[in-house]
Amino acid sequence: MNLSELKKGDRATILKVDTDESLKSRLVSFGVARGSELTIEACSLGKQTIEIMVDDTLIGLRGEEAEKIEVKKL
Amino acid sequence: MDSIKVVLAGQPNVGKSMLINAMSGSNTLKVGNFSGVTVEKTEVSFEHHSHLLEMVDLPGTYSIRGFSQEEKVAHTYLLNEEYDVIINVLDATHLQRNLLLTLELLKLNKKIVLALNMADEAEKEGLTIDIKQIEAITGVPTVLVSANSQEGIEELLERVHEVADAPQRINSNILYSDPVEEEVLELSNFLDSKGFTLRDLTSREIAIRILFEDKDLYKELHEYPIIIELQPRVVASLEHIYTHHDTKNVNDIKANEYIAIARGIRMETVKSTRNKDEKNSTQKIDMVLINKIFGIPIFLFLMWGLFQLTFKVGAIPMEYIDSGIGLFGDAVGSIISNDEFRSLIVDGIIAGVGAVLLFLPNIIILYIGIALLETTGYMSRVAFLLDGFFHKFGLHGKSFIPLVTGFGCSVPAYMSTRTLKSEKDRLITLFIIGFMSCGAKLPVYVLFIGIFFAPQEAGNMLFIIYIAGAMLGLVMAKALRMFVFKGEDEPFVMEMPKYRLPSFSLIWHTVYNKALSYLKKAGTFILAASMLIWFASAYPKHDLITQQYEREIADAGSDIALVKSLENKQKLEALEKSYLGQLGKFSQPAFEPLGFDWKMTVALETGLAAKEVVVSTLGVLYAIGDEVDEESSSLAKQLKDNVSFASAMAFIVFVMIYLPCLAASMVFAKEAGGYKYLAYLFVFTTVTAWILSFITYRILI
Repeated sequence: MNLSELKKGDRATILKVDTDESLKSRLVSFGVARGSELTIEACSLGKQTIEIMVDDTLIGLRGEEAEKIEVKKL
Repeated sequence: MDSIKVVLAGQPNVGKSMLINAMSGSNTLKVGNFSGVTVEKTEVSFEHHSHLLEMVDLPGTYSIRGFSQEEKVAHTYLLNEEYDVIINVLDATHLQRNLLLTLELLKLNKKIVLALNMADEAEKEGLTIDIKQIEAITGVPTVLVSANSQEGIEELLERVHEVADAPQRINSNILYSDPVEEEVLELSNFLDSKGFTLRDLTSREIAIRILFEDKDLYKELHEYPIIIELQPRVVASLEHIYTHHDTKNVNDIKANEYIAIARGIRMETVKSTRNKDEKNSTQKIDMVLINKIFGIPIFLFLMWGLFQLTFKVGAIPMEYIDSGIGLFGDAVGSIISNDEFRSLIVDGIIAGVGAVLLFLPNIIILYIGIALLETTGYMSRVAFLLDGFFHKFGLHGKSFIPLVTGFGCSVPAYMSTRTLKSEKDRLITLFIIGFMSCGAKLPVYVLFIGIFFAPQEAGNMLFIIYIAGAMLGLVMAKALRMFVFKGEDEPFVMEMPKYRLPSFSLIWHTVYNKALSYLKKAGTFILAASMLIWFASAYPKHDLITQQYEREIADAGSDIALVKSLENKQKLEALEKSYLGQLGKFSQPAFEPLGFDWKMTVALETGLAAKEVVVSTLGVLYAIGDEVDEESSSLAKQLKDNVSFASAMAFIVFVMIYLPCLAASMVFAKEAGGYKYLAYLFVFTTVTAWILSFITYRILI
């Protein structure tokens, strides 16, 4: 499943980040990479944006980007 | 005196600028609580231990191979410039993520000191950090500091001196995963056996660079025969690493290795007493502020409150300032005997500068509001809330930051568009920043709203003007995205900083500096403009007309009413024949359909220099002209008697939209990439302003 399918409060591990290199490197610098654990903190209306927490850092993501991140729900 | 050149590098929002302020004991650099406050490198010099420390503050960069424009500034500087020491600033409360950049910086082979900032916050969050252990692993001096509480600042400076004096930095003890380490050993043994050396790199460093496909190193290696024997070994090594990592993408492998190292260092050095499952205060606040349902209403309410406050609280000191300026003008006028000189001082300078000073309280309140937004961390949340909405209009959620900065002043707003990665997003944002009414336009609105609306409606009207401007900006953004800047959308990935209580001294310094620069502008630029406008409105003198009026006034004799009306007629005619009058009359036909008289036309034209000048021009023009009422000569009264409601509203609309001031226009041209864009902006804004102003006038008349 992908990150955008998760609900508020869910925990998951990242399996794969399937974006272009530039976005991938930005995500890596936030700690979002294969093997990282995350929780869903908040979603805006219609899941247009999603707030996740990785390694104690809060990150805002757009729903479209979240779809490109493959996760396994814990 | 010897000088040491120090570069501060670190991820965004770790407090680099604040740390420099703390080290130099000054408050020269602007700080905020969101990524991208510093967009250009800035330098500060000060003396310490009889050395001149030259500090270079680089924009925050998540990675050395940065993608956004401000990250490129950092990248280019770190790689190509001459400097002695890097202070790598890290957020002690987010060590793991911050270490990723440190790992890249260590690769530069420069002298480095690690400054773990926000020590006070880390302590509050129950984190204890083993500094000695970090030093042992990274091989670089590490200091725990807090720019906020001044803790460790002196020690950091001492370390900078030591490192600058030391001949060479110590090698780090950073270990990669086992398969990578095996291959590194294999390759470096081979390099040693061949006796191969390159620059000042150790064979281990060369091996790591080869495995991680460092392009620059490959270019150099190509000149050596060893490359022939190296090639098959590297291929075999990479195969081994590929199988272990389950991917052939070296960037992914590198990222995984780095994250693993950073995680390892954190786990070895940071002890936390906090329960992992317990939500921290930022998470709790986020549950409310970016709530699915209440988030946006809360934001709108806060903005509405800010504008209410700007008007209501701002109105209190305004009265006193207004009467103070009036009294001052009268007092000064009574001691000057020369008529022309008095007119220059009272009608020109005091009326012009006074009209601008009047709005200082409003400006201060607005700036306090924006400073609060910037320092608390709420700004990024708003970007998060609005991205979905903005995205529909072809904008990026991050565009919110320059746009809201635009409510203060367009100049920093234009500069902060650099946080946007995509060129098209940047250009669209640049084009619509002007629709966010800047602080200098506030006086125009306050003036006209005050005349035509009851005090209890004024705050709401102000809010409507600002919101209408913003909405219009969004519509324009959509139009620009559809017809001019078509293209791919930029992803939205943004750090949500921790909420911080606004520090009083920080807000005070930001607002104080803003207010001071406003006053400076009033004292210099506006002063000169007022004199110029006064001159253009008082000259050329027409002796014939003057003589004729003087004769008529003499004939009228004791008929006071007639004398008064003749005097006023004389003033009006002189004003209309002045340079300013000629300019106004010449261009007025273009503004006639909008219901502007020639004085308003002139005010718009002089407003191209600075928006404050709109009010001061009106002040000068109406102070000299028309039927002067004895009881109240204030500008508001004058305008009320001379300008219709429809014209006034059309005027507000025009001011809301048309070209920003000269200074902002110059910055715009620079940021957009040429004067060509400024010409586009001029046409774009003027045409829009004219059309909408026309519609407003026709509806209301």
